Parts: sequence; structure tokens; C-alpha cells
Amino acid sequence: MIENELKLLANKIRRHAIKMTSIGGSSHVGSILSIADILAVLYGAVLNFKPNQPDWPDRDRFILSKGHAGAGVYAALAESGFFSVDILKTHYQNGSNLSGHVSHKGIPGVEFSTGSLGHGLPVTAGMALAAKIDKKNHHFFVLMSDGECNEGSNWEAIMFASHHRLNNLTAIIDRNMLQSIHSTEETLELEPFAEKWKSFGWDVIEVDGHHCKNLFDELTKDRISNNKPLCIIANTTKGKGVSFMENKVLWHYRSPKGDEFDNAIKELE
Amino acid sequence: MRDSFIQSLISIAKKDKDLVLLTADLGFVIFDEFESMFPGQYFNVGVAEQNLTSIASGLALEGKKVFTYSLGNFPTLRCLEQIRNDACYHNLNVNIVASGGGFSYGQLGMSHHATEDISIMRALPNVTVVVPSNPWEAEQATQELYKSEGVGYLRLDKTNGVQKNLDSIFKIGKSISIQNGDDVCFIVCGGIINEVINSAKSLKEAGVSSEIISMHTIKPLDEKILAKVSKKYKLVVSVEEGNVLGGLGSAISEFCMESGHIPQKFMKIGLKDTYSSIVGDQAYLRSKYQMDANYITEAILRKLSI
Repeated sequence: MIENELKLLANKIRRHAIKMTSIGGSSHVGSILSIADILAVLYGAVLNFKPNQPDWPDRDRFILSKGHAGAGVYAALAESGFFSVDILKTHYQNGSNLSGHVSHKGIPGVEFSTGSLGHGLPVTAGMALAAKIDKKNHHFFVLMSDGECNEGSNWEAIMFASHHRLNNLTAIIDRNMLQSIHSTEETLELEPFAEKWKSFGWDVIEVDGHHCKNLFDELTKDRISNNKPLCIIANTTKGKGVSFMENKVLWHYRSPKGDEFDNAIKELE
Repeated sequence: MRDSFIQSLISIAKKDKDLVLLTADLGFVIFDEFESMFPGQYFNVGVAEQNLTSIASGLALEGKKVFTYSLGNFPTLRCLEQIRNDACYHNLNVNIVASGGGFSYGQLGMSHHATEDISIMRALPNVTVVVPSNPWEAEQATQELYKSEGVGYLRLDKTNGVQKNLDSIFKIGKSISIQNGDDVCFIVCGGIINEVINSAKSLKEAGVSSEIISMHTIKPLDEKILAKVSKKYKLVVSVEEGNVLGGLGSAISEFCMESGHIPQKFMKIGLKDTYSSIVGDQAYLRSKYQMDANYITEAILRKLSI
């Protein structure tokens, strides 16, 4: 793992995110910036895949459950060679396949379409169960938002995954503390968050979600012997990398235009 | 019907290790045989229908052929968005099986009356909707849905309709005529076909002869037969144990209106856009809500002005 390369990839994803949300006028730029480092580490160093053979059976699976940050995945896939970076320009435009919430249709590398919250983890648990049945060794990663943990369907899957000892499953939580209107704690208290997951039978690790090396270390540690699914609570900053977007709910909705766009790109140079 | 479904599934699982059966904690005892024969292909996901459907979708994404099972509205309405977004949008081989169609569990109350499921499920793209009228159709439908691409919905009834023509062939989207006639044509789905068979007997005594067609597949609909019967009969009657809005009768009406194959007279028998709060077994509630043989007979005679 070359840390600098990952930082560079994260930066590219951020720049794509600013451009894509600006050109198409889409929302959720803050949510994408929040997970850019996680995506860079996953696609740059952790996931085992073949861009020219997206359905290679032994690939690791990655599912973005917070589908509203789909532009980040499109950018990571393009930068990883699944399709041309030029296609990113079509994001959110009439006739494009790149919808505001991540969709698999016509886009190589997207494992699963999401957009409504609380679907990613249960589906990934089903996929991980299939691999257990077939005694396959590839790994399953799902990236969720913290606010998304309000959805009861997740807790059904959290119980299911530990009950079936799905140690081939890693849930990464983008713990940026903000959701649609207010903070997660003002909306529907998640804390003590780690303890909740632990009490449901998961291993839980907390990590700085913008520290590529630490993320890489935690995502690649061999935990297969302990028979538990893993939850990585990645502490992040919504809007990370663009000072005026950081920790602002506004950037869950607003798309950067004019000076905002120029300044955001400048900060990411 | 339920037993035929399970036996059919066992015969599939004997040949296909990728078949997986999931239940959301319902089906006491009935899955014991399946579980003991195929322990790695049976999972009780707990009382968690959203998870039931999403786990099924995840399994199917990885190449499994999955059947989900629960009662009444639980495997459909309780997890409708999981069916739509996870299973249907990805066009997965997930077959949803609901035991207790219509008023099968009448006395258990409104929560257990599956009376809008046909209408709602047929509105989803990539879903095949099958409502067998007897155990043989249920067994055949299980086999066919297993083989077919995309999502299937199999609605099983507590009452078993009589299987009359034992040499018929079951095909998804191809209806089965179980009795020929000249005046009225019944198009029916589900175990309520027994009420129709009884009604047809009474009608015969009144000088009205009727054909009875089991339209076991609501989607895709057997349009060929509809085009034929709409010309031939004075009256076409749809019969279903569910809301008349959006169900079998609606599907027939839509086809007839759009294609121009419009019958002289048409009537929908079913639940008239209401819920039941009255306690009663299936037969009682059919009678209460104007779907039993007596009501059907009277309504037809009125319609024909006899």
C-alpha cells in the first residue's frame, strides 16, 4: 500500500465529485467527500477485482448502501479502469446511466443498486451467506451511513450476520455525525454506537475515516478465525476536504456553482 | 396446496444444491422434512420480512435460486420495497410464496387477510404472479417459477379447488379450461374456483351453461384466451378472493379495453374495496362479502336478466 497514491486517488474522487455534482446540479456532495478516503483505500488497495472482467466470480464485493453518494463510487470505478473517466461527465444528465443514487444497470463494477436506505447491509449479508454455503473465500464490504442506522432493516441484518457467523462480511460506517436535517444524536441518538454493534455480536473497530494507512490496516487485518462479522466505525467529517462544506448539512443538498465550485476545486488542488 | 408446494420444492432440491428456502419464522413443522434433507439450503431468518427479502436477493445475486415463505401479507406488503428495489430491479431469481391467500385465515382478523396482494404484486415490473386453484397447479407452478427468470409470486390458498382435467399441461401464462359451456365464461384464480364450480351447477339448473377457466397466472395474462372468450360468450365473469381494484378482474378489463376484445357483458366478483372486521372462516367471509356460489349465481342471473 502506498499511502500517497491512495491520498491522490481520494483527491481525484473528491474533484470528480465536485465536478459531477456541479455539472448535473445534484445533491449529496458532502456525503461523497465524507467517504472519498474510504473508497480510495478500498478500490486502490483492498478490493480484489479485475476491471476488464467485472463479474469475475472470485472478486471481492463492495456495496454502497448510502446510495446517495453514488457519484463517489462511479468516480472510483472510472479511476480503477472499469470505464472511461469521460463518462462521469454524464452524471445526473438526461439519458445517462449514472443516476443520483447508485445504479448497476449499464455500469460495470457496480454490484448493487441502492438509494433507499437500509437495503445494503441485508443484501450483502445474503451474498456473504451464499459464499459461506459455497465455501468461497472472497470478502464482502458494505459502506453505510450512520444516519442510515435509524432503519430497522439494518438491525435485522446485524442480528442475522452474527447469528450465522458471517466473518466474511465487513460493514463500514461513515460516522460523520450528520444526517438529513440535524446531527445523528439530535435526531435519533445512536450512541453508544460501538457498544450497540458489539452487543449484537459483531467485532467493532473505530478508525479515523480519513487516515488512509489506518483504514488500510483495519480493512486488511485477518480476522477470519474469530467467527464474527466486523463493523468498522470510520469517524469522518461530512464535506471533508473543502473547508466551507465541512460539517454543514447544507451540502447534503446544495450543488457547488460559480465561486463555490472554483474555490472547492482550488482547495483540492 | 401448501404441502404440494413443499413436496415440489423437495423434488427440486434433490437435483439442485443451489435451491435455498428461507422462511421468516413461519411454517411450524411443515419444513422439517426439507430441513432434515437439505440442512444447508434452509434458513429461518427470524421474524424479519425485510431481511427475508434482502437476504434472498443477496443469495440470488450470488447464483442461488431462492424461495421465501411466510403467511398472508408478510412476505409481500411488509417488505414491498425490498421486493421492488432489491429483487425486481435486479431481476433476481427470488420466488415469494405466501400461504393464506384471501380469507384463508379469516378468523385471525384483518391483518391476516391477504386481499390486496395480487393487485400490488402485479404492479411491479419483472414479477410473475401465480395464484393456483388446486394442489396440482401449486406443485406445477413451483416447478415453473423455479425455472423462470426474475421474481415470482406464488399465492397459496387454504382451500383446494378441484382438479378436474387431470391431463392438462401447466405453463406460466397459459390458462386451463376445466369445464366447457355456451353462455357464461368464468375466469378464476385461487381456491375460490370451488364456489364457481358450485355456482356453475346451479346455473345449469337454471338453463345457463358456463365455461370455467383457471387463470392461474395473473401476470403475464393469457391474452389469447381472453380474446377468444370475449367474442364467444354473452357474459364474462372474473372471480378472485381479493380486492376487485387492480387484481385479476382489472387485468382482464385492461386487456379487453385496450385490445378492443370487449365482451358483451362483464362482471367482477371479489372484495369490493373494503377490509373485513367481521370474524368468520373462509366460507363465511366469502358469503359475507359476496363471493360465494349463491351470490355469484344470483348476480349472474340478474346480469343476464333471467
